[in-house]
Amino acid sequence: MQIFNIVIAGVGGQGVLMASKVLAESALASGMDVKQNEVHGMAQRGGSVISFVRIGDQVSSPVVMPGAADLLISFEPLEALRYSHYLKPGGRLLYNKVAINPSTVAAGMAVYPQDVEQQIAAACANAHGIDALAIARQAGNGKAVNMVMVGTVMKFLPLEEDVIREVVRKITRGKGVEVNMKALVGGAEA
Amino acid sequence: MKKIISGNEAIALGFGDSGGVFASGYPGTPSTETLEEVARLGQVYCEWAPNEKVALESAIGGSIAGGRSLATMKHVGVNVAADALLTLAYTGVNAGLILMVADDPGMHSSQNEQDSRNYAKFAKVPMLDPSDSQESYDMVRAGFEISEQFDTPVMLRTTTRISHAKGVVVPQEKIAPQVGQWVKNVPKYVMLPSFGKLRHVELEARLLKLQEFAEATPLNRTEMRDPDLGIITSGVSYQHVREAFPEASVLKLGLVHPLPVRKIREFAASVKRLVVVEEMDAIFEEQVRAMGVDVEIGKNKLPLCGEINADILKAALGGSKAETIRPVEGLPQRPPVFCPSCAHRGLFTILSKLKVFVSGDIGCYTLGALPPMNAMHAVIDMGASISAAHGMAKVNAIAGREEKPVAVIGDSTFFHSGMTGLMSMAYNGGNALVIIMDNRTTGMTGGQENPGTGETLQGVPVRQVEMVPLVKALGIDNVAELNTYDLKETEAAIRKGLETPGPYVLIDKNPCILRYKIRKPAMSVDQEKCTGCRACLRVACMALGLTASGEKQKVRVDPNVCNGCGVCKQMCKFDAMHEIEGENYANL
Repeated sequence: MQIFNIVIAGVGGQGVLMASKVLAESALASGMDVKQNEVHGMAQRGGSVISFVRIGDQVSSPVVMPGAADLLISFEPLEALRYSHYLKPGGRLLYNKVAINPSTVAAGMAVYPQDVEQQIAAACANAHGIDALAIARQAGNGKAVNMVMVGTVMKFLPLEEDVIREVVRKITRGKGVEVNMKALVGGAEA
Repeated sequence: MKKIISGNEAIALGFGDSGGVFASGYPGTPSTETLEEVARLGQVYCEWAPNEKVALESAIGGSIAGGRSLATMKHVGVNVAADALLTLAYTGVNAGLILMVADDPGMHSSQNEQDSRNYAKFAKVPMLDPSDSQESYDMVRAGFEISEQFDTPVMLRTTTRISHAKGVVVPQEKIAPQVGQWVKNVPKYVMLPSFGKLRHVELEARLLKLQEFAEATPLNRTEMRDPDLGIITSGVSYQHVREAFPEASVLKLGLVHPLPVRKIREFAASVKRLVVVEEMDAIFEEQVRAMGVDVEIGKNKLPLCGEINADILKAALGGSKAETIRPVEGLPQRPPVFCPSCAHRGLFTILSKLKVFVSGDIGCYTLGALPPMNAMHAVIDMGASISAAHGMAKVNAIAGREEKPVAVIGDSTFFHSGMTGLMSMAYNGGNALVIIMDNRTTGMTGGQENPGTGETLQGVPVRQVEMVPLVKALGIDNVAELNTYDLKETEAAIRKGLETPGPYVLIDKNPCILRYKIRKPAMSVDQEKCTGCRACLRVACMALGLTASGEKQKVRVDPNVCNGCGVCKQMCKFDAMHEIEGENYANL
């Protein structure tokens, strides 16, 4: 198969790395080659985070180049816009519509674009936003935004949904399993 | 069984599977997860050292005592450990010894982008350079074999895109750890000049043998495809080369020091155009050119700074590049920032207000240099905050300037190499205010244990090093505690420290909210009382923001982010901010 390039973006603390892990493990469980890469230097919450997952028969570089992503998943609208140029023409964008202020906006030094959703639509014809936080809360934990987003993109991945569900079940511990399974379903139905 | 793991995790697994006995390191991006994974796997003894020099020296001891040993660190950590490394090259090893060093091209989380391959040349030790997780795993075993066969330490070098990239790994058969003899051998291990001279001769002879090994080892492999284009490369650059030019012939180097001279000559002779692709310094290129081999493209077209990727290669070598849209411009930046309710926020709010010169250090608090705080004015390396502040104070005294510098340093950095600077300040009659943010963890790298945490890397409870008695023992009389969540108290304490002549140390003991998972009721803003004066925004918390509309924009708190520290509330002169009783919605 041709390499399928996924970019996952969000804000530090939203669980971008865990979502990336789910996709990478699912690809491995499906017998495909996979490389996953993000740059995680600083532990603090609140910085911009971007992660790559590349799935195929044989994957060399761990890096997705701008203009090469089949799918962009963003946990925050401004980050969706920031990394929209990673999409290839015709690529698909799914994003969480709940905004989180960057520190620059919080300090009054910059303004959060009020028309962010219109700008996203202009940057990508194939974009769809959902309220992942509300769905995560319904599933039982606002922190499950990442699993809601995985649920939302499941049908667009070259992976079986059952495999993804099984991976999520395997890598989450204790009470989290039920919440995450509900979050996946909630995301898939959104 | 196949696994999908990062380069760091692969090195940890490879260490456990290759008879590893002892591992030590100091946290530093992108190397940190290696030792954490050794601990998580739970098969081999491992520990955090207070700095990289101690880590490497402990690993040397482990090797001398007969156990395969590993030291892990980031690139700049090797500067700290270099004193041990360059003489270790003379003594050689007993059991195998690997120094894993993680470089950070592109400076994703570092103060410089030095190329550790220089250290292999400098110390005259072999270096391995894996290009994915599988090779990271395999090269631990190969590294131990080389180390023991040639009686030398081996450097295993990664970069961020190897350490933090996950790929598929198939583990090899596990080798059970065996601890060898602990032998006294004075001429080998006591580097008096008379013995050192002999060992230097040994070292040079060993390098020649390693060069022969480099010619034959499968770690260096020639992949002949189209002979029109031949590329010499290693590490992650190999993957970018395969991505950008799948038809090109490649000489892939796994052992990057010493280089296989004959193999390089043969490869160069078998291709039409010779290109050298390496991130950062021109280490291969300079050596290839010194062999009298012509390089068509190297650093004349490829960058010395930052990372290389497939698009950069295509631009330099003339391949077809996909047309890309430009990024959307003018978006607000989202830099890393103090976590909501971090104890550093109150400190920098006051330091910013007082407009003092702050000599900073390496840790989360380095972010105090960014706007709107702008409250850090020099950051060089681990521990420099205190020693540099000392030098500033001495020159200020000579110049007749009265302003006292302020040094800010965290607990882990203080244990690493701030202590010696403080001792010097006390000893040499210095005059600076030193603020130690003692949050009982190594925060920036994700909350690793240190001698103040009360727990080892493997979770064993231990006595905590207490900061106040330690500081006093170094010769400081004026030591006071600080609570940076109380702005008035913090300002008064800092003013007192600035007004009191001589060294003065303030210690904040509030724990890292991230590591210790501290949650407090969220704040809300009374929109009737808020005047929109924005005084609270000076604390630079991402939970704060302005309302979208209305005649005058007022402040609101994002309940999904706020963790209720109340620092913003203390900035409000209109009593507009209140805790929401018992509520915490924070999701980050």
